[in-house]
Amino acid sequence: MNFERVWALVERDMRKFFRSPALMVSSLLFPLVQLIVLGYAFGGKIKGAKVAFVDQDHSVLSRQVREMFDGVATGPATFRVVDYDSQAQAVDDLRAGFVRGVVELPQHFSQKFYDHDRPEIAFSEDNTDQVMASALEGELQDIVTALNAPATEPRLDGQVELDVVEVYPYIEYAKYLLAGSTAMAIFIVAMIGGGITFIDDKSRGLHEGYLLTPIKKSELVTGLIGAGALKGLMAGMSIVIIGGMIVGIPGLWDPVRILYLSLVTLVASIAMISLMFVAMVRVSDPLVPRAVFGVLNMLLFFPSGAISPIEGFPKWLRWMSVVDPFTYTVHALRNLTVKNTGIEGIYMDVLLLAGFSALMIGISIGLFKRQI
Amino acid sequence: MNAIEVEHLVKRFGELVAVNDISFTVASQEIFGLLGPNGAGKTTLIRMMTTLTPPTSGTARIDGHDIRTDADGVRHALGVIPQAFTSDPELTAMENMLIHAKLYGVPSETRGPLIIKLLESVDLMKFKDALVGTFSGGMRRRLEIARGLVHSPRILFLDEPTTGLDPVSRANVWEMIRNLRDKSELTILLTTHYMDEADKLCDRIAIVDHGKLAALDTPSRLKDSTPGTDVVEAEFGNAPPDWHEQLKTLAAVKAVTEHDHVSHLASLDGPATVAALMDLARAEHVTVRKVSVQSTTLDDVFLHFTGSDLRDATHTATYDVSRFYK
Repeated sequence: MNFERVWALVERDMRKFFRSPALMVSSLLFPLVQLIVLGYAFGGKIKGAKVAFVDQDHSVLSRQVREMFDGVATGPATFRVVDYDSQAQAVDDLRAGFVRGVVELPQHFSQKFYDHDRPEIAFSEDNTDQVMASALEGELQDIVTALNAPATEPRLDGQVELDVVEVYPYIEYAKYLLAGSTAMAIFIVAMIGGGITFIDDKSRGLHEGYLLTPIKKSELVTGLIGAGALKGLMAGMSIVIIGGMIVGIPGLWDPVRILYLSLVTLVASIAMISLMFVAMVRVSDPLVPRAVFGVLNMLLFFPSGAISPIEGFPKWLRWMSVVDPFTYTVHALRNLTVKNTGIEGIYMDVLLLAGFSALMIGISIGLFKRQI
Repeated sequence: MNAIEVEHLVKRFGELVAVNDISFTVASQEIFGLLGPNGAGKTTLIRMMTTLTPPTSGTARIDGHDIRTDADGVRHALGVIPQAFTSDPELTAMENMLIHAKLYGVPSETRGPLIIKLLESVDLMKFKDALVGTFSGGMRRRLEIARGLVHSPRILFLDEPTTGLDPVSRANVWEMIRNLRDKSELTILLTTHYMDEADKLCDRIAIVDHGKLAALDTPSRLKDSTPGTDVVEAEFGNAPPDWHEQLKTLAAVKAVTEHDHVSHLASLDGPATVAALMDLARAEHVTVRKVSVQSTTLDDVFLHFTGSDLRDATHTATYDVSRFYK
């Protein structure tokens, strides 16, 4: 392989890349917007949800329960309580979306409570919104547990308690999403550089100029993938740094961490651009990469665990995540950004991405047509 | 040794035979023209000779390198200026030249001076740092020619070098090709569908029509091979049915053909034929709407060998093989 020829193609692409800010802006803008909007829209704690409270017991105990609800409203502020006289009206408002849940203390609640006769608090929830429903259920369960607690603690407590140790400080969702947004930036560069620009150059006849020279197809493919990988590295690291500063990743400027982040971003860029080459190497119609952009994004981004854990996926989607280079990119980048692991947290991902890249480059060279 | 040897080249695209058993040779330092209308097979022929398209059968040797077995040797020997612009519009002229010099492996110590010399020779030195996307068609074609010479090839292929250019740019490109012939030892093969271009530039011309070689010779011999030295073109009104037979009997007339209601009289003495024609028309009460006399041109040669006018063939070509290149 003649590396001067390979580098000539890299040089060509890099000059064009730096000359045209469009690719840089488009590769950075979408992931940053995604990180900021999606990162802060998802994963935050529910606050200020309106919950209807219908007291049909009108007892001292029911007032105590009502005060416990007020305690939540002034403490974690998950919800604020709105009193209703009519249970039917409260349910109507729940269905209409004016309140997010209805708590009802039925008649004789206190009597049953003191009689130990299975007293019940009714909670009607809008289960079309699972996030809201589970947050409200959690708070209500805490209130019920507090009600059930004995007035005096036994001297020897025989109940099993779960002692939760959080290994890392609380991670906001935006920090969790940073790895996915970085992978997205790399994907956009791969899509534009490896797909759209490649086919546009082909249809404009620029490739014919290169095919007339003694360049070998392995050199051509390596040069084009190399240029794409460098662009992916720049876009990916820009998102890591800018996004990391926005979401507040501590210790971001640690040189060793930057080195590992660069390594992961580079192999991920090679993997994605070479995957794109395999998909586009025989395509001539400039509309094709534009048409499949959204589909590829959906197929690669969402199964990767970029926005939610893979363990929550159905089996078929988990299999997609296994063959998706995004998965290993997101895993390695997340280990570095939110956990700050060393090489031990990324080496397997790097090896898998490198192996995937080698396979894709080999297939690209095999599929590339030296003649027209 | 011949610079180019083409032996029975054939290219089929399914049912369509784009190049049909073409053979010819081009001597060293010759300017050789492939003349034919769009769709005649010229570009396909060039693409096979430049290793861009594999031939269905036959072969060619470029500077002794076989296109089938030594594609790299062919690519090193050739400078190619394709019909479409292939220089990168988002790079400057200098950058385009540099990148191609690297792709051809031009040594770094000679690269810079050579590129400057080439850009000067095509009068683009003052635009060396301008983006190619801002160039006019003529400037871009000149840059492509300079770029095709960056590795000092022995043979230069120009595929329709002046197509789409304005008359001034065409004249500039012609001047440049003449200079290349005069000042270097290049062998030049060019394709064109312009008669005047082939006539003015080429030492020898191959007429290609429907993928076949219709004629091959020097421009003057091709003209001589048509009957007569002059062509009288005339348009008549009220001509009797045997009018063409009568025209053949006129003084110095060697042949009469008709195309688009215009009679073409190949004559050994144009003025004498015109005088006789006017006398005959008066006697037969035939109206002469238009008459002209000119020396035989390559257009007449093309008409003679292919049976159709080149301009018409260009405009009415029934197939366009470019769709197969996608």
